[in-house]
Order: sequence, then structure tokens, then C-alpha cells
Amino acid sequence: MNRFFDKVIGDPMNRVDGKLKVTGAARYSAEYQLPNISYGVIVSSTIAKGRIRSVDAKAALRSPGVIAVISHENAIRVPGWADNEHPTEPPTGGRPLRAFHNNRVYSNGQPIAIVVADTYERARHAAMLVKIEYDTDKHETNFEANKGKAVVPAVVKKNPKSGLADYERGQAEGYKTAAVKLELEYVHPTEVHNPMELQAITAHWEADDKLIVYDKVQGTKPTQQAFANEWKIPVQNVKVISEFVGGAFGNGLHNWPHETAAIIAAKMVKRPVKLMLTREQMFFMVGYRPYTWQKIGIGADKDGKLTGIYHEAIGQTSSYEEFTESTLQQTRMMYTSPNIGTKYRLLPLDVSTPIWMRGPGEATGAFALESAMDEIAFALNIDPVQFRLMNHTDTDPDKNLPWSTKYLKECIQVGAEKIGWSKRSLKPAGVRSGEWLVGYGMGVGTFGAHRGAAAVRAKLLANGTVVFQSAVTDIGPGTGTAMVQIASEHLGVSPDKITFQLGNSDFPQAPNQGGSATVATVGSAVVATCKAMKEKLLGMAPAADKRFAGLKVEDVTFDKGYLSLSRSPSVKVAFTDLLKKQNLSELDVLQDSKPNQEANKYSKYSFSVHFAEVHVHPATGQVRVKKVVTCADAGTIVNKKTAANQMIGGVTGGIGMALQEEAVMDHRFGRYVTKDFGDYHVPVHADVPPIEVYFVNKPDYIVDPMGTKGLGEIAIIGVAPAITNAIFNATGKRIRELPVTPDKLI
Amino acid sequence: MIQFQYTRATEARMALDAISKDQSSMFIAGGTNLVDLMKRGIVTPERIVDISRLPLNKISYEGKVLKIGSLALNSTVAENKLVQHKHPLLAQALNAGASAQIRNMATVGGNILQRTRCHYFYDTSLPCNKREPGTGCGALEGFNRMHAIFGFSDKCIAVHPSDMSVALLALDATVLVEGSKGQRRIPFGDFHRLPGDKPEIDTNLLPGELILGVEVPDNGFAKNSHYLKVRDRASYAFALVSVAAALQIEKKVIKDARIALGGVAHKPWRLAEAERSLIGKPVSEASFQQAALLAMQGAKGFKHNEFKLKLAPNSIVQALKVASRMV
Ligand SMILES: Cc1cc2nc3c(=O)[nH]c(=O)nc-3n(C[C@H](O)[C@H](O)[C@H](O)COP(=O)(O)OP(=O)(O)OC[C@H]3O[C@@H](n4cnc5c(N)ncnc54)[C@H](O)[C@@H]3O)c2cc1C
Repeated sequence: MNRFFDKVIGDPMNRVDGKLKVTGAARYSAEYQLPNISYGVIVSSTIAKGRIRSVDAKAALRSPGVIAVISHENAIRVPGWADNEHPTEPPTGGRPLRAFHNNRVYSNGQPIAIVVADTYERARHAAMLVKIEYDTDKHETNFEANKGKAVVPAVVKKNPKSGLADYERGQAEGYKTAAVKLELEYVHPTEVHNPMELQAITAHWEADDKLIVYDKVQGTKPTQQAFANEWKIPVQNVKVISEFVGGAFGNGLHNWPHETAAIIAAKMVKRPVKLMLTREQMFFMVGYRPYTWQKIGIGADKDGKLTGIYHEAIGQTSSYEEFTESTLQQTRMMYTSPNIGTKYRLLPLDVSTPIWMRGPGEATGAFALESAMDEIAFALNIDPVQFRLMNHTDTDPDKNLPWSTKYLKECIQVGAEKIGWSKRSLKPAGVRSGEWLVGYGMGVGTFGAHRGAAAVRAKLLANGTVVFQSAVTDIGPGTGTAMVQIASEHLGVSPDKITFQLGNSDFPQAPNQGGSATVATVGSAVVATCKAMKEKLLGMAPAADKRFAGLKVEDVTFDKGYLSLSRSPSVKVAFTDLLKKQNLSELDVLQDSKPNQEANKYSKYSFSVHFAEVHVHPATGQVRVKKVVTCADAGTIVNKKTAANQMIGGVTGGIGMALQEEAVMDHRFGRYVTKDFGDYHVPVHADVPPIEVYFVNKPDYIVDPMGTKGLGEIAIIGVAPAITNAIFNATGKRIRELPVTPDKLI
Repeated sequence: MIQFQYTRATEARMALDAISKDQSSMFIAGGTNLVDLMKRGIVTPERIVDISRLPLNKISYEGKVLKIGSLALNSTVAENKLVQHKHPLLAQALNAGASAQIRNMATVGGNILQRTRCHYFYDTSLPCNKREPGTGCGALEGFNRMHAIFGFSDKCIAVHPSDMSVALLALDATVLVEGSKGQRRIPFGDFHRLPGDKPEIDTNLLPGELILGVEVPDNGFAKNSHYLKVRDRASYAFALVSVAAALQIEKKVIKDARIALGGVAHKPWRLAEAERSLIGKPVSEASFQQAALLAMQGAKGFKHNEFKLKLAPNSIVQALKVASRMV
């Protein structure tokens, strides 16, 4: 892993839980074997819209081992859902689907019943025996056919100042008078959430009003609150465990009907119920990156100065629940154009609700924006790297604030050099390698550098080890590892003496793991907790050695479990001795942390740029991505190994987005037809080239005390257009509808 | 999955007896296709007869014929020196299929008999004449990007997904089978059938018949053959179009040719006329273009697979170019 700035801050430390994961010792939501456990399997709808006329469970109930078949016909009422009607407010607004609440069907694949049996196999078999009859209504699932019915999101109607409201800077459609202008439409298909680990929950009522769930979620606290509300029980009576998550890219940011289905079932059968969705059910029940149509009008003067961008998007949502994402935000702040307009609309259809998916909105928006930038650069006969630099902005033109930090230019320069941009021909189809056409492309990504509020507990034990606790989850980035490194640096204890416990709602408050904000949010709380711990230790120090009396934390060095005087390091005392002296078995500190007001004076974003070299076979249309160089401006890199891992994963996702992923629906049935990994393609090893990762690694102390900015989202944002732009450069063919499969290139 | 009985056969006779006694029974070899179909309730045998341990996994060469037992694993065949030496086209086709893990389980007999990957066949809530005769063809007016351009009927437009079978067809293989009435030999081209009015029947294998093996005669194609598989990703995907191309070349003139396509019909698709057109022609792009043109006669696309009308001839030319080492 190469890097191009500054000293190395973050050790490439191995994951603290790596061994647990590779040996199978790590326990995921479906791996808790509670006494007397039973197994649930969901029966899902095969129509897109209508009413359930009857649920015939007779055969299923006669099937060996079956304990119950639960549907709206016999389900207990969830106390938090007072009314019986599904309270939708079409066309948008609404709320999450309620499992087994009434006889309405809102989408194909919707949970209709749950079969509970003594083994998984028996439940699965019996689920096939449940016969459901429907009264079918006419459904609308076809985005293209209904595009004209898109509406203003309800959030905007409620709050006209919402970031999703129509936006105008200068003149929204100012591009129209430009010397060179283009109007371009882009389509992004539905992309589903399908991480390796299937969505699973084990639900157990320990008492009538006491619930414990082992649930695959991205936030234990928000889930705890949601279930407490649903069941009208005190928050502390709900315990959510999500210690290990086998990949989640947004699908755990929402509580889905299958979760409540399992909880209802556990209550009714009076046994713990384990429920794991099937791979096919993952296509229907846990959200997806929505089908999105976009149009960009872009204009520039002859010298290559942007004069206007007008960016419109229509995203798909369900008929019962509004889902929005910030598809257009980057268009407002990325380039120097004096005239900017954005317009965001939603199209409710008879489908399930989408949810954020890595680089939510931004990844979709970047496909259009960064493609359009490439298209107009080509029209102007200007190198696209040059064109980005010419229209680079040194302050945020949207918020009218200085950037907290921004090293995008540097990223672009290094990326261009490392991919070998100089070999690129300005004219398409200008470079060949044997029969293959060679092209180079680039795309820029950005995502807000967010930080939220969190609390962290630390316990120093008599043996000198320290245990930290946070309710946060780790969906894969290596949160525990990063937190151990931050704690080690800020407390002065070596990493092998620190444990970071997470994924439990009993632990101190942390928000969802999402929006690339975990290191900034929870890491800041770790720093605050370390500081509080240091103060306590220093307060105890004079009892052991008077020379520590009257000192401030800044006067003392904390290292390897010792305090020493910074000016005379030989004066030192072990943390453990301080405990001993006071007869304490442990020292417990709980500290919270939230963003400071000062940060509001700046605009805070992470940036990335991706460069791709692709080869395209002119006869067969096959595309091979040969090399990707990705450069990130994400502040301090806490762990260069796990951070590079994030970038490589994001780029891989971007390759899928550009070339492969598409959930195809047959609109006659409103049902996906590509719904397994044989039909819905994601990149395999042979599709993934060497990916070179570079980090600026310059701290941004405006965002947080470690100087970090988020990383997870910018890893994928801008990758797809880098690849499609490279395909254009290779072939002269501009494909504006993802994914770019061979049929589109011959 | 429904409850089923399991019987393990240790010799062919025992397997045949077990099957003939029970109409609802099926052979299972590697299980990589059958188990998936059972889990989805697409096929519902009440007894499965495990043939994976039958002594039918040998690869041998006798009297100018390469004999491959039906239970030889896909990976074993692909790695076999005799196969690589005599029929590299077959090894290439095998390696283009599935993944290493699946090839380590999958058998030659099972590969030939694998069922279509049509989306509608796989989803029991959607219509499919192959799965449930009389329900209609879901793909005809539905999503048919992966579907047939040759030999389809209005009852079914599915394609046969096997790669290995495309090579076996090009190599003039014969399938050796045994049933209650004894053994018979089926030329590979007659093994699979077109859908016609009975898309539920994939092959001409009779109920209860066991595939013992396949035989591939010697030929002069080893030096100039190529299996080209065009798919949506670099590996581990079924073919949009695949081409098994084999040429016998002497002094830059084509003496004999074989071309078969995969991913275009209900069975591996042999292009006899295109083959004949190449005989006596010089090795040149023009010869190949002309063959490709002939090959496409009678092809018809549907809403989403029109591209195959262009991809197929392009791929034929490309495969012939590689086979003849023009590129
Ligand atoms: C994810 C995935 C991807 C795949 N990709 C490809 C691909 O790209 N290309 C490709 O060609 N294939 C592909 N396959 C299919 C694979 O090649 C087949 O599943 C495999 O060859 C079947 O062999 P098997 O021994 O496992 O058959 P089984 O599943 O055991 O049997 C299949 C059928 O054949 C019958 N049968 C088996 N042996 C005999 C015999 N000797 N006599 C009579 N009947 C018999 C069985 O009764 C059953 O009906 C893929 C499969 C999977 C799961």
C-alpha cells in the first residue's frame, strides 16, 4: 500500500477480531443456540398488490414438527400499532410496513405468514405447504411507464427548507445559454442489498415484558428504541445484541417486517424463534438502492469554464413509505459553476421500500454528474483531468463556507500519475492492446464528513488491561480495531491490553453505524473517555508519588500503562499501582462527546477520485477492468490496512455497479426475475483487477480530535463513472444506462 | 424440500433396479443441480438413488476412442492429460463452466442432464410450460435476455445451459446409456431435443435410463480449436453465447470444421451448413464471416435477446480466428 503524504499515523494493525472470524468463533445473529429454540420461515406474497383472501395453513400445521403458522388472521396485535388500518398517506409519506397487520399486500415478496417449527428444515418444508389466496389489484411497478407521476417528497412539503427541495444558485437553468451545452439522461437500475450474511434475527421473550433479540442491525440503540415503542415496554426491557455483522451496507439501518414477525412469533409460541431470510427473500425484504432516472443539463464556455449545471433526479420508493436520498447534493458543491439547479422527485410504486446503500444517493448522483463532466470535457476537447482542475472550487459554493480541509486536487494529480494517464488518447478508440481497445477514465466522489454524539465507557482493571464499551456495531470496517488503536494512542496503553466491546444495547449510547461517521463519532467519545480516565489517574497519582501533585494532564506522559513527568521521565508510576494504592479493583469512566459548534463555521466533506483502465473487446463487447487507482482525502487514517480494505471493497462494489448489478423485474407480475446470485451478478475475483489505494492522510481537526473524515462511502462514490468514462474512451460508446453489459457494446 | 428416501447404489444394475421399481425416483450424482431444484420444489422425487459411487468414473483410450465414464468429475476430466492432449476443446469448455468448487462435485452425466436456467422455470409462482405443462411460457413475453434464438417453440424459449455439451456436440461424441432393455448408443446431436409441444422433456433419454459414459472419437482438431464463452462477467456466469470451434487446417486451407453454439437454443446448436461452407476455404476473416452469416439463417430474437443476432456471428468469427491462430 503506497501513500503519498506525510508520516504514517495509523498502524496497519491486524483486526482485533480477525481470528474469531476466520476460525468461526465469532457469533452472528443466527448462531445463538438458546434452549428450547424454534425456527421461523417466512411465507411471502407472490402478487404485487391486493388483499389476502385466505391463508390455508392446514397442510402446514399437519406437517411434522410444526408449532404454529402465524399470519394476519391469527397474529397477536402489536400494542404500539394502535389502529388496524395500515396508515399510508399516498402518494408518499407513510411508514414502515407492519408485519401481519392486516390483509393488504403492498409488494411482491411481502411477508404474509411465518411458519414456526422445531427444526429449520421442517419449517422450510411446511412454509411451502401454506396456501394463500388473493384478490388481486392492478399494480404499477414499471418505473419508466410511470415516470410522469413522480411527486415532490413529503419531507419537502412539510419542510420547504429541506435539503431535498428544489435548489437554485444563480439561475437554475443557466446552462441553457452556454456556448457549449449538453442535455443527458442517465438510468441507474435497482441494486439489491445482498451482503454475505443473510438478514437474521433470534428473538426471545425472557419475560412477558422483557425482550432480547440477536439481530443483524447497524445500530443496537435505535433498534432497542424501535422495539420498545412497538411493544410498549420500557426501553431497558429490550436488549439488542449485534456483536458481529457479516456485511451490511445500509440494509441494517431500518427495522424490517421480518424482525417484528419473529418477535410476534416468539411471543405466541412462547419459545425463542430464530429466523433467517433466504437469499431470494433478501431481494424483496431488506431494501435496495432504488431505480433512479436522472437528467443533467450542463454548459461551459469555450475555454472550459463551467457556466451551469441543472441536475434532476427521480428515485423510486414504495407506495407505503417514503424513502429519499441525497442524489443531488454533490452537484451543488463540487464545481465552481455560477448557475446551479437541482430538482428531486419521488415515484411511489407497488414495490418494497428502498434503503440507503453504500454511498447512498451520492453514488447514483455521481454516476450522472461525473459522466456529464466527462461528456462536456470531450465536447470541449479538453482532457477530463484538466477540466476537473479548471473547475475546482476552493470554498464551498453551496454553503458559502471554507472547507475544513480539502485535498482533492492533490488526489487527482497523484491518481493521474499512478494510472498512467499520459498514455490516454483524447480521441476515443485511440489505444489498443492486441485486439482489445484500451481506455482510461476517472470519477470524483464526495460525502459529508459527519460526526454525531456518543458515549463510551472504559474500565481499567487491576491487571492493567482496559475494557471499553459502546453500543455501536461493526458492519465490517473494523470498528473495534480502529477504536483499540485510538484508545491505545490516547490512553497510553498498548493495544494488546485493550478490549473494545460493542454491539450490545446495554453499552453506552452510539448511533447507527452509517454515513461514514463511526470513527468520528465513537472515536471522539473514546478520546474523551481516555482524557477523563487520565484525569482520574492523575488525581490518584500524588498518593503514590507526591511529585505528581498539582499537575495538569498536559504535564504528564501516559505511555505503556505508566504516568511519568514529561520533564523528568524517570519519575513514573504504573496505572495498576495507582489502583492498588487505593484498594480499587477497577477504575470506571463514562464520558460522552458531541460535535463542537466551531465546526459549523466550515463545510466538511471527504473526497475521493478513482481512475480506471479498461479493455473492451470490439467483437464480443466484453469489458475487463485492468487496473484501478483510488485516492482518498479522508483525514487521518487510523489503520491503513482496514482503511485500504474499505477502499478496495468500495471499488469492487463500483465495478459491480458499472458492469453487472441489476435487479430485473417482470412488470406483468411485479416480481424480480433475477433473484439469486446466478442471475444477479456481483464481481467475482476474475473481475477485480489490482486496486491501488492512496491516502492523503492529513488530519482534519475541525471534524474531530483524531482528525479523521469518513471513508466508507467515498470508496464507491465515483467509481462507476470512472469505469463508464473509460469505456467511452476505449470505444467511443457512451452507455448512459447501467450496468454496461456486453450486449450494449457490440 | 419434500421428504424423500435415499438409496445408495454400488453397481449400475442396482441403480437401474431401484429406479425401475419406483416411478417417482431419480438418480443423483454430484447433486449440484438436482438438490437446488428439489429445494425450490421444482422437481419432487420421493426417492433419490445415489449413483455417485458407481464405478463409472474412468477415463480411457481404446481403439481411437476416448471413453469418459458418466461419473467422472468435471474437474477430473478437464485436468486429464489425455483429454487435454486429444480434445483441448472439451477441457476448455469444462473450465469455462461454473466454479472450481462446483466442477469438483459435478459429473459428466449430470452436466449433460442439467436443466435450463430460465428465470420462469426457477420460480414456482410464475408460469412455465417446462416445469408445469399448460401454464404458459413466462419468458416469451417476459424477460428473455438469456433465451433462445434458434429452435424454440411458442411453448418454450429456454436454452440449455451446459458448456461441456457444446464441446461434446462439436466433437461428434456419442452417449452410452443403459436401461431395463439393455444398452444403447445415442449420437450427441440426438441426445437433447427441441421444446416443440413438450418442453417438459429435455432429452431423448428414456425414463429410468442411466448414462454410462460418453465416447469421443479421434479427430484432427486438437491443434486448432477454441471454446469462446461470452458472459456478463469474467467467470462464474452462464453464457450469453458460447462457441465451440474446431478446425483442421492444412497449408492454410481448411480441411474440416466443427462449430457448435451454446446459449442459443433448447439444445447445444450445431452449425452443419456453416461448417461445410468452410471446407476448402483459406483461413481468413472473410471465410469466417461467410460461415457466420450462414450460421445465423433462421435465427430470431425476442425483446431482450435481439443482441444475440449480432453477438453470435461476432463470436463465431472470433472463435474461428482464435482457433486458427489468426489472433
Ligand atoms: C452456481 C452454478 C453455476 C453453474 N454454472 C455453470 C456453467 O457456467 N456452465 C455449465 O455448463 N454448468 C454450470 N453449472 C451447472 C453444473 O455444471 C451442473 O450442476 C452439474 O454439471 C450437474 O452435475 P451433477 O453431477 O451435480 O448432477 P446432479 O445434480 O446430481 O444431477 C443432475 C440431473 O442429472 C441426472 N443424472 C445425473 N447423472 C446421471 C446419469 N449418470 N444417468 C442418468 N441421469 C443422471 C439426475 O437425475 C438429475 O436429474 C452451474 C451450476 C451451479 C450450481
